[in-house]
Amino acid sequence: MMKQSIEADGLTSIHLSELINLVKKIHGFDFSGYSKASFKRRLVRIMQLKKLEFYDLKHLLINDHDFFQYFLEEVTVNVTEMFRDPLYYKALNAQVLPYLSTFQHIKIWSAGCSTGEEVYSLAILLQEAGLRKKSFIYGTDVNTQVLKEAKKGIYSLRKIKSYIENYQYSGLPGTLTDHFTILYDAATIHAELKQNTLFSVHNLISDQVFNEFQLITCRNVFIYFDSELQEKILDLFYRSLCPLGFLCLGSKEAIRSDSFRKRFKTVNSKENIYQKIGA
Amino acid sequence: MELSTDIVERWHQSDVLLLGGSAGSFKLLFRTVKSLAANLGKTVIIIIHRKKNYFSEIEKLFGQHSRMYLREICDKDVIKKNTIYIAPANYHTLIENEKQFSLDVSESVWYSKPSIDVTFDTAAEAFGNRCTAILLSGANQDGAEGLLKLRKKGSLTIVQDPSDAEMADMPNAAIHLKAADYILTAEDIFKLLQL
Repeated sequence: MMKQSIEADGLTSIHLSELINLVKKIHGFDFSGYSKASFKRRLVRIMQLKKLEFYDLKHLLINDHDFFQYFLEEVTVNVTEMFRDPLYYKALNAQVLPYLSTFQHIKIWSAGCSTGEEVYSLAILLQEAGLRKKSFIYGTDVNTQVLKEAKKGIYSLRKIKSYIENYQYSGLPGTLTDHFTILYDAATIHAELKQNTLFSVHNLISDQVFNEFQLITCRNVFIYFDSELQEKILDLFYRSLCPLGFLCLGSKEAIRSDSFRKRFKTVNSKENIYQKIGA
Repeated sequence: MELSTDIVERWHQSDVLLLGGSAGSFKLLFRTVKSLAANLGKTVIIIIHRKKNYFSEIEKLFGQHSRMYLREICDKDVIKKNTIYIAPANYHTLIENEKQFSLDVSESVWYSKPSIDVTFDTAAEAFGNRCTAILLSGANQDGAEGLLKLRKKGSLTIVQDPSDAEMADMPNAAIHLKAADYILTAEDIFKLLQL
């Protein structure tokens, strides 16, 4: 692991907005609604990894398209885990799946799916509940590179080891490795679990509703957005859910705005699982 | 040891108490949480290293014994006085601005998530000289750089005396960086926080 020095003296809010404007103008990506503190940390990290001054960073963003791809990958945090926050999956299993099982078809959207761990965790959960065959999971992310990884469904054993503990806490039967084929130092998710999944690019900030879902899960994504942008995306989710569909944000992200609290019923206040009500 | 007027005054003047601890810090943190008055008039933010699936055991235990309102931080929580905030396991806690927290799941820092450095660093940005920050026992180097940043901004920075700490690495790293205004034993730190 690299030590990330977080000394960020010199990178002011004026620098930040200059950079945000530049990226928006040249690349069409709008980071203005990102949480300032974490966005700044990401920039400092890039500057340190690549040994760049602010001027160099701007220069590369203007002139080097490949660098922009790298920038996008580094700025959008892609740290994820299978069965991350296991109690969340426990709650889904106990409180949401029994309800979903009454639907003819179950369409699920994992928004900000990164390298696919959450999508496959859900696939395993549905498999164990006997619901996989009538379910379809869409994994979307703004970052094309991570989606390539997600489609492969191959994870290093080092990562899998850290996911095994999560799996045990989630209360599912067997062990996580029951769902993988392990060869040398890589674990490949079983092909049947990849069926009924689709990974594609979607930008939560600029793209629109693309389907109607019974369940939307979006965890560790909102944390990178400011309150205003969070509301805008909540509206997108609201419009993407069928009546009585579920929005699942996880234990650290809650619906805060009054107008949205009225439009959702809280199913689990610890794991922030909501059900769409109202018009 | 008699605590100097300078340290006592600066402690009284600060609005935010930041406590960073790792291995060997639990006892003092627990004792501190139990003793702080409900109307302390400050915000208390605790970053303690622990395993990711430890769930909310610490919050439960601390919460039952605290006279102040105590909660585990949720993303975009508003920062209030007379409240003890605990950084959640497996997330970094950032001070978004003087009124709000943000969480972050990016890479560990010094193998730690939550990282004390991350919170201290963003606290220095957001609060400037308005903090008292205390770095306690621990077996790595997390927190030292963040503490230095707080010191440079004029906040009061205190490090647990390495010879008094169960794990001396974390205090030593901070002292090495010259991040400490004062080096105190656990007993003196506790005494100061009661004044």
